[in-house]
Amino acid sequence: MALKTWKELPIGCVVSEPGSASEYHTGSWRSQRPVWDNQKCIKCGICYVFCPEGCVQQMEDGFFQADMDYCKGCGICAHECWPRAIKMIEEG
Amino acid sequence: MGKRMGMEVAMAVAEAVGLCNIDMAAVYPITPQSHIAEHLSDLVANGEVDAEFVTVESEHSAMSAVIGASGTGARSYTATSSQGLMYMHELLPIASAMRLPITMAIANRAVSGPLNILNDHSDIMPQRDSGWISIFVENGQEAIDMSIIAFKIAEHQDVMLPVNINIDGFQLTHMVEPFEMPSQEEVNKFLPPFVPHATLHPAKPVTMGAFAMSDYFPEIMKAKDEALKNSKKVVVDVFNEWGKMFGRNYKLVETYKTDDAEVIMLTMGSMGETAQMAIDQLRAKGIKAGLVKLRLWRPFPFEEIKAVIKNAKKLIVTDRAISFGGPGGPVFSEIKSAMYAETQRPLIYNYIYGLGGRDVPVGDFIGMFERVIADTANQLADTYEFWGVRE
Repeated sequence: MALKTWKELPIGCVVSEPGSASEYHTGSWRSQRPVWDNQKCIKCGICYVFCPEGCVQQMEDGFFQADMDYCKGCGICAHECWPRAIKMIEEG
Repeated sequence: MGKRMGMEVAMAVAEAVGLCNIDMAAVYPITPQSHIAEHLSDLVANGEVDAEFVTVESEHSAMSAVIGASGTGARSYTATSSQGLMYMHELLPIASAMRLPITMAIANRAVSGPLNILNDHSDIMPQRDSGWISIFVENGQEAIDMSIIAFKIAEHQDVMLPVNINIDGFQLTHMVEPFEMPSQEEVNKFLPPFVPHATLHPAKPVTMGAFAMSDYFPEIMKAKDEALKNSKKVVVDVFNEWGKMFGRNYKLVETYKTDDAEVIMLTMGSMGETAQMAIDQLRAKGIKAGLVKLRLWRPFPFEEIKAVIKNAKKLIVTDRAISFGGPGGPVFSEIKSAMYAETQRPLIYNYIYGLGGRDVPVGDFIGMFERVIADTANQLADTYEFWGVRE
């Protein structure tokens, strides 16, 4: 998507497409990624509750994953996970 | 036809705003603006003005409330002074970036510390780079007229920017002056309904004030700068329209006896009237003195200023604020940079005066002229002095 010039900006930079923030992939900010150890996960969902980006999803098998398009790698899920099932791994 | 009447200027400003079909006002009282807040809330409470008056708990909330209200398409007004304006500061660039045509009266007052409630321009000067259109007035009539004119400038489809009207605290706000108050019919004719560029409405959801990173931020700043610069033309047009309708003609830069003037003084705000008396006395003594009164502070009227001062030998810029540790007064540094590339320009002098409400009588203005004229070696040019400060 070509970036707009200053002349092409709407007055006051009003965003007229609802939900267009989803086009912004905050996952590009990430330096660490959360990795779930499903041997330790008890499916309590605390990672889902605490994720500030709302990018942790519950899969059909009841375990959790983060959407890497939006996960910023903040590590809050790993910090809150009391069975210690989530580890933050350095991005390569 | 308008009505000739006498009233305290702050109350008259509230009356004038009441004629502008405002939808809402959020005003937190602060000396010397309080009478605007009080009288406007009276007008709303008495049913004379059909608007929502939001009794906010601070100026930060007042500006936040008018930003929100303006975003819904409501014609929104606020007023403040000094510390209240400082407290609003972080929201001012947001209002202009969102291109919300809010109007605000500022009853100019010295900023603490030390605590002082009297008039100078140290409150508006730190707001200079907020992206607002900034207008100064000299007397009660101008305060009333600009309070109405401001809505039309702000809401013009080529502008859509907030406007502040600077009314010297006490010197103007608390004076009882005779003036002509336009009638409701006249204001209705002059001021069309507000057509916003976008509104917050569930039927057509939009986001205002969204996040922008380095990929867009510079483009947004450029667009804002261009919008503010382009507003100058509309300010001129609206002033002319007002002149045709009401017979009171306003310019971006007002002049008094400047055509053949060798020494010109430049003022902003209420001091212009006193300085004008000094010009008459100097002229009576055969001194070719003139006066320039800067009405539009932002966008800065470069061409208009250059045209009226370039033929003078000496220019005395007066400032009612100081940029501490800097080049002198903020008006001085602006005028100096405006004239830098000109081959024909006057020697420029700067007096910092009238701080914290210090009285500046006619004789003081004459004294400034005499000191500058006596400076035949040009030793005082291009620098600044505090006027009347005890040594």
